[in-house]
Amino acid sequence: MEQLLKEYLPILIFLCIAVAMAVGMVIASFVIASQKPDSEKVSPYECGFEAFDDSRGQFDVRFYLVAILFIIFDLEVAFLFPWAISLGAIGMFGFWSMICFLGILTIGFVYEWRKGALEWE
Amino acid sequence: MEFSEFLDTYLVPTAITVAQIFAIIVPLLVAVAYLTYFERKVIASMQLRKGPNVVGPFGLLQPLADGAKLFIKETILPSGANKILFAMAPMLTFILSLIAWAVIPFDAGMVLADINVGILYLFAISSLGVYGVIMAGWASNSKYAFLGALRSAAQMVSYEVSIGFVIITVLLCVGSLNLSAIVEAQKTIWFAIPLLPMFIIFFVSALAETNRAPFDLPEGESELVAGYFVEYSSMTFALFFLGEYANMILMSGMTAVLFLGGWLPPMDIAPFNWIPGPIWFFIKISLVLFCFLWVRATFPRYRYDQLMRLGWKVFLPLSLAWVVITAGVLVAFDIVPTPLSG
Amino acid sequence: MVQAIAFYAFAFVTIAAGVMVVSSRNPVHSVLYLILAFFNAAGLFVLIGAEFIAMILVVVYVGAVAVLFLFVVMMLDINFVELRQGFMQYLPIGALLGLILLVELFFVIGIWSFLEDGSMLTAVIPVQNITNTHALGNVLYTKYVYLFQAAGLILLIAMIGAIVLTLRSRPGARKQKIADQLSRRSEDILDVVKVKEGEGV
Repeated sequence: MEQLLKEYLPILIFLCIAVAMAVGMVIASFVIASQKPDSEKVSPYECGFEAFDDSRGQFDVRFYLVAILFIIFDLEVAFLFPWAISLGAIGMFGFWSMICFLGILTIGFVYEWRKGALEWE
Repeated sequence: MEFSEFLDTYLVPTAITVAQIFAIIVPLLVAVAYLTYFERKVIASMQLRKGPNVVGPFGLLQPLADGAKLFIKETILPSGANKILFAMAPMLTFILSLIAWAVIPFDAGMVLADINVGILYLFAISSLGVYGVIMAGWASNSKYAFLGALRSAAQMVSYEVSIGFVIITVLLCVGSLNLSAIVEAQKTIWFAIPLLPMFIIFFVSALAETNRAPFDLPEGESELVAGYFVEYSSMTFALFFLGEYANMILMSGMTAVLFLGGWLPPMDIAPFNWIPGPIWFFIKISLVLFCFLWVRATFPRYRYDQLMRLGWKVFLPLSLAWVVITAGVLVAFDIVPTPLSG
Repeated sequence: MVQAIAFYAFAFVTIAAGVMVVSSRNPVHSVLYLILAFFNAAGLFVLIGAEFIAMILVVVYVGAVAVLFLFVVMMLDINFVELRQGFMQYLPIGALLGLILLVELFFVIGIWSFLEDGSMLTAVIPVQNITNTHALGNVLYTKYVYLFQAAGLILLIAMIGAIVLTLRSRPGARKQKIADQLSRRSEDILDVVKVKEGEGV
């Protein structure tokens, strides 16, 4: 337990140093370089004309679908991690247990393939 | 508590850790700077040009000049932007690309944080990378940035799934999540040989994950000008740039650890094992990085629907099938590794 | 000591971020605070030695679920001012739920203090010489096989549900059909015509 936490302490320190560096670099540049903003300079980039409207609008529902499918497959991967490293201990039964699990998800995968959910148009 | 005791239990170990951290960060940032130089030189010679050759001998000071230039430029905060998030996005990208290095083993026992779940830590950090992109795109409040961010986010998550499955196949052959254990398991044979298709899938997914050519659609300059960082300038831009290149090096490092035997020499015989481990690791990373650049100079850009199809319809089923095949072979021949301690 | 400092720092940030999730005006900020809360919760998990759960929390919740949340709040054209108008209306129900949770929490702490030996209730099961990923893997797929398969079925339902709810085919969208492209033969589309002299095609 103690040993375990000792390994994580460097990561915490590393995180602090990385944050300090990132913030420090931006602030140092901000202070040292001359800042002369004007209204044209700070307007959003557009090819020479004024922006029509606010850029945050509705988007293709496919992006949500990709995100949802990603969650599901990510969970599948999360289930695979402990299985992959303790396959030796759980033997045949553990193996077929996971094959069954993957089989169920493959049904879903085939379904979405046939439905055309993976197609991008 | 006495002062000397305090010194011994807290101050000295912390000072050593901080020194170790800087021993990682400084060479990494130098490597990033010279990776940009290397990239321009390699691509230039592939296109029969000279590349940077004015600043310093052979243009060797070019990256420093670029860095200094970016540093003294004006930081532009667009009027419509969400200022705090706008500044945070590049910092996040940069921070994530640095802290991932905490668990990478450079040699036997030469690792800052030898945690049990090292590969999961890397997987977690790389899954956070998408936030820098989304935040930048949203906070800029510009069409190009937003579209670029959206594309980039969808692309990164799509390829992350196959990266996950590829990692699983490697873990099946190791039986531990610890990165040093993964390297040690390759003493007899590097995993790139028995798992060659997975090695290729991992490399291609790494290209997609780091938004490199031929998957650099998010920044496709012909349509989105520069994608999600179109509004960035000065140091905020530089942080994105550093973060992306550090990520490239990280991905190469991961490839080396997972498939090319990390710090191990190709064969444990006389001329090879004279060279120390970190040098081997460096050589392997450089080779993979060279492939990154080579690909960029060679292939045209993918179309977005092709990119998504490759990720979801080719890599995902293929890597899933390989997980099953690898596990099946290991179980059938009863050669599943069972490490004594995790 | 370091452990205690880390605990209080993580716990404080988690709670503060949780409060900000509820109270911030901009929904995107809410989601970002939620991510911060998840992240600190992962830190707390590491502190009790549950490193696998901590990493999975980051991978799944921060890396996947929160991305979807962000997509939704960034891109759906919901009028959030309108949503907020229902705030007073839902306040009693929300307060009631909060109260119930608080009472439950008191029960948990109460039982803890009644028991002489609270060790059976602690979060960490002392496992010797084995990482908690291995410990998990050794039981999850064999001892708890039914629950594991149930998880698979839930994921399947989620997958199908997502497609049924969100998949709309857009009329007029052009797709690349690789099979069609490959099965096209030159005989089908090309006619070689012998043109007579002086007549044209």
